[in-house]
Amino acid sequence: MDFSYTEVQQMLQDQVQKFVQKSYDFETRRKIVDSEAGYSEENWALFAELGWLAVPFSEDDGGLGGSAVDLMVVMEEFGKANVVEPFLPNAVLCGGLIARLAKGDQKTGLLEEIMSGQLQLACAFAESGARYNLARVSTSATANGDSIVLEGEKVAVLNAPNADKFLVVARESGEVADKQGLSLFLVDSKAEGVSVQAFANIDGKKSGNLKLDKVQLSGADRIGEAGQLYDSLQAVVDLATVGVSAEAVGAMEALLQKTVEYSKTRKQFGVPIATFQALQHRMADMFIECQLARSIVMMAAMKLDSEAEVAEKQQAVSAAKSRIARAIARVGQEAIQIHGGIGTTEELDVGHLFKRVTAIDVMFGNGDYHTERFVSLQS
Amino acid sequence: MNADFTAEELAFQEEVREFLQNEFPRELKEKVDANIRLSKEELVRWQKILYKKGWVAPNWPEEYGGTGWTPTQKYIFANEMGRIGAPEPVPFGLKMVAPVIMTYGTEEQKQRFLPDILQSNVWWCQGYSEPNAGSDLASLKTTAVRDGDEYVVNGSKTWNTYGQYADWIFCLVRTDNTAKKQEGISFLLIDMKSPGITLKPIVLLDGHAEVNEVFFDEVRVPAENLIGEENKGWTYAKLLLTHERTGIAQVPRSKRRLAALKRTAAQTDDGFGGSMADNPAFKQKLAEVEIQLQALEYSDLRTLAALSVGKAPGPESSILKIVGTELAQQMDEMFVQLAGYHCLPFVPDQFEEGFQGQYIGPGTTASTALTYFNNRKLSIFGGSNEIQRNIICKAVLGL
Repeated sequence: MDFSYTEVQQMLQDQVQKFVQKSYDFETRRKIVDSEAGYSEENWALFAELGWLAVPFSEDDGGLGGSAVDLMVVMEEFGKANVVEPFLPNAVLCGGLIARLAKGDQKTGLLEEIMSGQLQLACAFAESGARYNLARVSTSATANGDSIVLEGEKVAVLNAPNADKFLVVARESGEVADKQGLSLFLVDSKAEGVSVQAFANIDGKKSGNLKLDKVQLSGADRIGEAGQLYDSLQAVVDLATVGVSAEAVGAMEALLQKTVEYSKTRKQFGVPIATFQALQHRMADMFIECQLARSIVMMAAMKLDSEAEVAEKQQAVSAAKSRIARAIARVGQEAIQIHGGIGTTEELDVGHLFKRVTAIDVMFGNGDYHTERFVSLQS
Repeated sequence: MNADFTAEELAFQEEVREFLQNEFPRELKEKVDANIRLSKEELVRWQKILYKKGWVAPNWPEEYGGTGWTPTQKYIFANEMGRIGAPEPVPFGLKMVAPVIMTYGTEEQKQRFLPDILQSNVWWCQGYSEPNAGSDLASLKTTAVRDGDEYVVNGSKTWNTYGQYADWIFCLVRTDNTAKKQEGISFLLIDMKSPGITLKPIVLLDGHAEVNEVFFDEVRVPAENLIGEENKGWTYAKLLLTHERTGIAQVPRSKRRLAALKRTAAQTDDGFGGSMADNPAFKQKLAEVEIQLQALEYSDLRTLAALSVGKAPGPESSILKIVGTELAQQMDEMFVQLAGYHCLPFVPDQFEEGFQGQYIGPGTTASTALTYFNNRKLSIFGGSNEIQRNIICKAVLGL
């Protein structure tokens, strides 16, 4: 048993910490969020230069190693500063799918572009009415002579407004909720029939709904085997779930720390509100939640990196996300409550962290969904 | 980062498993499974088996008869004990007074008391709490006044667990009324046969008197039974609070009970043709408990990992206490819920040694409410969970 970080993980943590301390204060972040792209190209280039965009990839693929624990280390630090750069959609979701499914030059080319930060990608898997069921896909991919025609609508496509290309999950065969029959397609954002309804999410991240209206593709645009996507999609989404869970751990730690600090300076009735036991014990409970959240995310990350059976890995991920969801509600809401009125405004970082963890709660399935999945995976 | 045991640790785990399989008496295991309280003789018998193997005091230094195990080995041992439901040795001698005697006692005191504790020849009990000194323990009022070679002790102690079995009691007594409350306290060892000591059993909600009030009326105690220096007792007592906090989360025991909950749910009719294992509300609660237990287990392992690289246990033991006890209590409630009407019969005697009457079941359902009642103590004793939160606030959050 060894719960310490490797040298590389330690270095990554130090690097990200230094970066956010130096270049990611609240005001700077706000300007980035308000910009048209919603992320800083300068930061993105730096992420690439420092090798962060290579973190989720194996050494064989030219990455840093690709372990879930590595990802956890980086995401936790991102979480503390509420980093908005589109790391997750590019490096984890799209990168993960390409690394698993693409072959030959297509793979090498795309991975190189991802790790060097030259390509902006967005992963279009979710559909309205599917909730968190990855298999429920009605977007169709129909053969028409030599070409393939994509038709359908995708929702909650992170990074959609900035994407040069989309990875689209579409059904080539089977019924609407079958696991079999799903394929992955690489779609240029400028292709005819592609349109994006762009918006910012509650946490400021750029996102969008994607419409595919008779988009013409060729077989070469399919990544991986026809109809065989589901297991890989599930595995990548599980890794991303651990990623956002780790991000939540960092964000909750920041929420707790800011709340404690604020309670020591804010005076009412002539004394700092930190002296009130009614508030002290709630902060103690926030601390407990943070620690339990950290423990279970470590468990899930270690499980993903282990030789365990797939079902066991999935169960660990769901245990983590289910527990994280409870922690998010508790820590997030208490942070706002203890800050009082100022916590409900846009003026303070706690409110923005609260929004971010609320978005994380939803991502890849909320607590109830993952509790249910945890149960259903029990042998 | 990984949570795997090494090959040597796995071999050790196998060794412990085999020992417990063969040596934990079957009659005792049957009683544990039937929720029947073990008698003093049975507990002593089990502790002597552990002693013979050399495993009764994993946390003692080797020179005094400890095992010399690594933190991970201790963890594995506790895990395996909990897994089969073997009771941990009664803590008052082995885990509480012994470390104080080792650290602050004289050579004579060590030789006089430690071997008998190790061999379970002498049963110890704790004299800390008083009717008016609970969470505010330092406000205790039992006095010890020096008179020649003796102290004269007057006052009362309460929540004294298993005092009815005890040969000796370790007490915090006030030896200076003028000093700050923490600074006038001494640590005194008292023979329970001393004239002037009387015991009054306190019946708890489960109908059993596992605790007592102890009265001291002009009890004369040889001065040689004082540990360390007069008025330094608070410092010595605090050692108990920092010592032996590992295992406080009770993860193995809770795992065992979770498995029992699942089994019981599957065997319990829901009244509509199915079992409670498929009851949506119950299933949801069960899943949340299981997930919380995993979070707790990994918190426990994080503490163990820190211990293994030589870091002292910090305020995280407060988290483990709070979460561990709340989880145990939550499971108590769920057992009551599963029992339905069958939790109602109040027949405490049938869970005691030698019950002759007609047993009321089914199974151990009539013990569920008793356990639920009894275990309300978990969040109160050992520093109430509110005191633990105070510790977190002070030691971690700087509030």
